[in-house]
Amino acid sequence: MTAYLIRRLWQIVPTLLGVVLLVFFLFKAFGGDPAEVLAGLNASPQTVEAIRTQLGLNQPWYVQLYIYLKGIVTFDWGRSWATNESVAHLFATRLPATLTVMLPILILDTLVALPIAMWVAYRRGSLGDRAIMIVSTLALSVSFLVYIIVGQYVFGFELGWFPVQGWSDSVVTNLVTYVPLPVMLAVLVGIAPQTRLYRTFFLDELGHDYVRTARAKGMNERTVLFRHVLRNAMVPILTNIGLALPGIFVGSFLIEVFFSIPGLGREVILAVNRNDYPVIQALTVYLAMLTMLINLAVDILYKLVDPRVVLK
Amino acid sequence: MSAVLPVGVPSLDSELARSETVWRAAWRRLRRDRLGVVSVVIVLIFVVLIALTASGIVASGWQREVGVPSAPPTFLGPAPPAEQSVAAAPAGPRVDISAVDPLAPRYQEWAERAAKYKTVEQPKAQTLPFGGDRVGRDVLAKAMKGTQTSVFVGLLGAIVATVIGTILGALAGFFGGRIGDFLEWLYAVFTSIPDILLILSFAVIFGRGIGSVAMILALVGWTGLYRQVRAEFLKHSTRDYVRAAEAVGASTGSRMFRHILPNVSHVILVRMSLLVVGFIKFEVILSYLGLGVGVDDVSWGTMLAEAQSELILGYWWQLVAATAFMALFVTAFSLMTDALRDALDPKLRGLE
Repeated sequence: MTAYLIRRLWQIVPTLLGVVLLVFFLFKAFGGDPAEVLAGLNASPQTVEAIRTQLGLNQPWYVQLYIYLKGIVTFDWGRSWATNESVAHLFATRLPATLTVMLPILILDTLVALPIAMWVAYRRGSLGDRAIMIVSTLALSVSFLVYIIVGQYVFGFELGWFPVQGWSDSVVTNLVTYVPLPVMLAVLVGIAPQTRLYRTFFLDELGHDYVRTARAKGMNERTVLFRHVLRNAMVPILTNIGLALPGIFVGSFLIEVFFSIPGLGREVILAVNRNDYPVIQALTVYLAMLTMLINLAVDILYKLVDPRVVLK
Repeated sequence: MSAVLPVGVPSLDSELARSETVWRAAWRRLRRDRLGVVSVVIVLIFVVLIALTASGIVASGWQREVGVPSAPPTFLGPAPPAEQSVAAAPAGPRVDISAVDPLAPRYQEWAERAAKYKTVEQPKAQTLPFGGDRVGRDVLAKAMKGTQTSVFVGLLGAIVATVIGTILGALAGFFGGRIGDFLEWLYAVFTSIPDILLILSFAVIFGRGIGSVAMILALVGWTGLYRQVRAEFLKHSTRDYVRAAEAVGASTGSRMFRHILPNVSHVILVRMSLLVVGFIKFEVILSYLGLGVGVDDVSWGTMLAEAQSELILGYWWQLVAATAFMALFVTAFSLMTDALRDALDPKLRGLE
């Protein structure tokens, strides 16, 4: 186990290096001149030159790469060009809002989709099964955007059940007042594709011989479904949740923009609109690292769910 | 028996003697799938519509302000006139102030100059077939033009992504070794960054416009296809027919693209149509955020972005038009993809 962990962590290094190189050269080659972006429109050539020297942009590229790598290794992400806020501080202050919205979405999504998918897979081919498949195809065909626009209008503006948008400093107020509407919309939209996917996993398991054997020896359906099928289906389901996990850190940036939630997703969009390279670069590298660590954690989780899995 | 039949009509015997090609068998299966046929017909109608808008026959004047601002759809009738408060005319006698008015000597001159320019008062329509937007442009024309933009972006992006993914996947699967390792590393790098962040990073660099959105989506979306093509090439490269081709002296390129590629093309086609749907949705979101197509273009995303503020004022038609076009196209296209997959790869049927 320890050897496995060390080897996996070691494997992350080249990939992460690739991400850093990709981000570095992408912005270096195609992005605008940072000094000119920073100095603003009315800057004198001297100012631009001064900034260039200060950032080390006059140095050859490998020196710049070294400076960049050093920043990453020492967790010094630099400062936002637009607000001069340190990127580390920006992460620390924006992340809680994102998690406040995204964690309930992830949990509710899974909790609602799992039983429906199981039921639908169990009654495969029935009216309910077909109805859910048709509804999910239709629901998937419209952009998420439409659901938020209409949902915000109907529930926030017309009916007035929830505030249209807003945020406060208290987690409880946020959870009770501002979070329900975006979470409800996201879950409503996410439920259909999620059910569809989980249904596939359950169908796959239900077709196996062990299910027939269990039934043949007279086990009741409940035990078959919950003790055997569910446990086996958990492997692909966990993979899926694991794949979705890094996403909760970027948040549904669309939701954050729409409901003015001061989270990471909204910050990224702001950074993109302001050409704020350090924020985008840092977030990309940071999330790539997180994604790889979460994937590792999911692989280890397999072992706990399914003892047959051999980590090698 | 075939001797009796006139030349040109394929006889039953010769049909059976030659084994059915993948594509012919797929077509036979597809024709039996009623839902599949309907979806293909709908997609074809959209293709005709797109051809018409692209060639400028339909909706070329979508930017003209043909109606009154936010003109309602025809079936609702014209909007009730807003109550206007007219300022009361001054009551006192008219006083000639030309003696003290410093501009008085020039009024005549200005009137003459103004007369040189003819302004034609365009009669603005009170209602439009499916309503107007906030400056009075025809929503129906916008939706048709927007269909062209959105579908074009989705298709172009998917084609480029397919080309990238196929070539890289073929190289990795066929050669393996160093090249394979390098491409696997590249794949790991691209997939370790969350899609949306990668898209936004590219968006910062490439800017706006139809071409750059398609390019951004292609650069982000090739990974899934690469993986599948690689797996197929890995499987096929050791098959007998490829070895036989090698034995008779077929070059590496010929083996890869003339022998293996046609045998995995159905997988690629299905993957590509999945990409089209995904890319169209991404385009809508990018355009909504102002990172998508340029300001002179209209797409479903820009329409939805405008619709958000219109909805509060009660002008729902732009939202409905964009949504209806999008829902119809994407549903038809998804069903077509499903039917295509069932027809091309019957093994997968019923799994999803």
